Amino acid sequence: MSFQRKDLLGLRGMTAQEISYILDTALPMKDVIQRDIKKVPTLRGKTVVCLFYEASTRTRTSFELAGKYMSADTINISTSTSSVVKGESLIDTGKTIDAMGADIIVLRHGASGAPALLGKHVKARIINAGDGFHEHPTQGLLDMLTIRERKGTLEGLTVTILGDILHSRVARSNIWGLTTMGAKVRVCGPATLLPPEIEALGVEAFTSVEEALEGADVVNVLRMQLERQQKGLFPSIREYARLFALNKERLKRCKSDVLVLHPGPMNRGVEIANDVADADFSAIEEQVTNGVAVRMAILYLMMGGGTANGSVH
Amino acid sequence: MALYIKKGRVIDPANEIDEIRDLKIDNGKIVASGLAVAEEATEVDEVIDCEGMLVIPGLIDLHCHLREPGGEAKETIASGTRAAARGGFTAVSAMANTAPVCDSQSGVEFLLKRAAETGIVRVYPIGAITKGLKGQELAEMADMATCGAIAFSDDGKTLSRSDLMRQALQYAQMCQRLIICHCEDDDLVHDGVMHEGYWSTILGLKGIPAVAEDIIVARDIQLAEDTGSAVHIAHVSTAGAVELIRQARARGVNVTGEVCPHHLALTDSAVEGYNSSTKVNPPLRTEKDRQALKEGLRDGTLTILATDHAPHTTEEKAREYAYAPFGISGLETAWPLYWRELIEEKVMTISEMVASLTIHPAKRCNLPGGTLSVGAPADITVIDPNMEENVSLEGWESQGKNTPFLGWTLRSWPICTIVNGQIVMKDRKIVD
Repeated sequence: MSFQRKDLLGLRGMTAQEISYILDTALPMKDVIQRDIKKVPTLRGKTVVCLFYEASTRTRTSFELAGKYMSADTINISTSTSSVVKGESLIDTGKTIDAMGADIIVLRHGASGAPALLGKHVKARIINAGDGFHEHPTQGLLDMLTIRERKGTLEGLTVTILGDILHSRVARSNIWGLTTMGAKVRVCGPATLLPPEIEALGVEAFTSVEEALEGADVVNVLRMQLERQQKGLFPSIREYARLFALNKERLKRCKSDVLVLHPGPMNRGVEIANDVADADFSAIEEQVTNGVAVRMAILYLMMGGGTANGSVH
Repeated sequence: MALYIKKGRVIDPANEIDEIRDLKIDNGKIVASGLAVAEEATEVDEVIDCEGMLVIPGLIDLHCHLREPGGEAKETIASGTRAAARGGFTAVSAMANTAPVCDSQSGVEFLLKRAAETGIVRVYPIGAITKGLKGQELAEMADMATCGAIAFSDDGKTLSRSDLMRQALQYAQMCQRLIICHCEDDDLVHDGVMHEGYWSTILGLKGIPAVAEDIIVARDIQLAEDTGSAVHIAHVSTAGAVELIRQARARGVNVTGEVCPHHLALTDSAVEGYNSSTKVNPPLRTEKDRQALKEGLRDGTLTILATDHAPHTTEEKAREYAYAPFGISGLETAWPLYWRELIEEKVMTISEMVASLTIHPAKRCNLPGGTLSVGAPADITVIDPNMEENVSLEGWESQGKNTPFLGWTLRSWPICTIVNGQIVMKDRKIVD
């Protein structure tokens, strides 16, 4: 089996077999990261361009290191969406990068669907590193890798995604990936931050955090964008925290071996209490490591890699 | 030299005619209509054999954007009227949201002058309700009406201030002109780019809820009722708006509504894949809304079909979905899409559909045309109801290539368009 799609745009529509294959491929990549000399020659002579239209430290660095650990040449282009609205179009920028010989373009963009648009116009393969509120597939994959490592499986688990579901691409990629893998997904947030018809995606929706956490195996806490308050979506950070922050008291409703995830960067004291963020049952740092591993796996598979054990050892 | 249209199925709803007959056209007018009229044709006359064809009054579009002045890269009066002729339209009404806005006598005169110089179908100016479409001060409606504006609209924008809309309705009534309302609550739309629902959730695009339309339709109906004025709701797209109009008409409010081809043929599921040609205002709605529009047309709640032809340049549309402009280039595919959705789906009779594209809009705005009466201007469209054509950009006349229907195979196409006795389109091609 190999990765058949030209572009990785999202987890929606991906099969359980494909997801498992990517996660299986990521495992040996973790070994590489933990070595003293973190370099394998797998992608020597390949070029990865990280084209980021939104500020990002974590995801961009993760992709960049993933490429470098496998000896690909990685280049970062960071620009603000606003300047691009006035200037060169995404398609023209993509064609320019294409003409320079890039094998893969990793695209982060504020507009949903931008990677799909770019993918139709360039030869390079596209990896969606987060587009608007649409998807962030590598985040979904790294979350699943982390859960699978801790829990042994994804099937049958109850995963609660907590926070601003409406504006979250992380939530959507988690929903598609986890439901495909047989997990039960709950989403929870203020009524104003739950997207319309979200339950049609195969999840249960809650506005009561207590109910949403009851018996959960995993809680994935989303970052609350503070500017949402100014748009009238919720009255205050204070009230949000009072109603929705994940704290130790609320965690008691979950299973005793609950696992807590957060895609970062965290607003400590807003969506997640300090003592929860730093506790043993939080896997927030593992998520970061797994992020590099998953991205190595994706880069490897999309550059035509064979089996998971083929050339990484 | 006269022009004879021979043995077509003449459908003229205003005169309750639906039968095989001939028409004779001379000096820009229909001068005879009946059986075997074409027998008298001599060698100097032109005869179009229309056996198997539909011969109908020239289509009248109450709602299109010709973009000139100011948006000539998107469309001009020349290219837009060519697109109209290719689509079987003999008259189009141009919305006021040009640059500068058509909000004064000079704007109306410019449009009419350019249409006379470069247009190949009739062009009717629609003046702005408010100066600059800014929604703050009334434009000089009486002046514009005097020199040819057929109606008033701030289309493209909602007139947010209820006081001003009320005054506009009163003032337009004095000018004996119709107000055409673009109904979307700005606060509820707020950066939305598609219908809010299942698909906006999946695609992660900011949604425009159906209630954004309903709430302004309700307001404008109440204001029309309050002032005793006539109001026309542009591009009705929601089930809620259809029901509001139905109830208002039942209690005698002078309200009409129009439906666009894309709202009948597509739903919000078409946005999957982020094709920016599906980005339109108001947005493509749900199947429930689509069925409600059809029901509204079937039961006579909605009486007018209009295109909302909104051409844009290819480069403007080749953008991220959120940044691409709203609009569909619709003149050239309107008829076969209506046919597919309304005739093939048995929503209306052909005669009813023709009426919604001819006599109904003509009557609503007191326009000439819309009939095949003897003595009427010879604005005539010939349709081949069995012709199948693949929608492609080959032969496409509009500068706006922004159609979501590329690749669709549609049946029933206009094959000849006659404006004022002159053949402007024949065999799907403009006659230059």
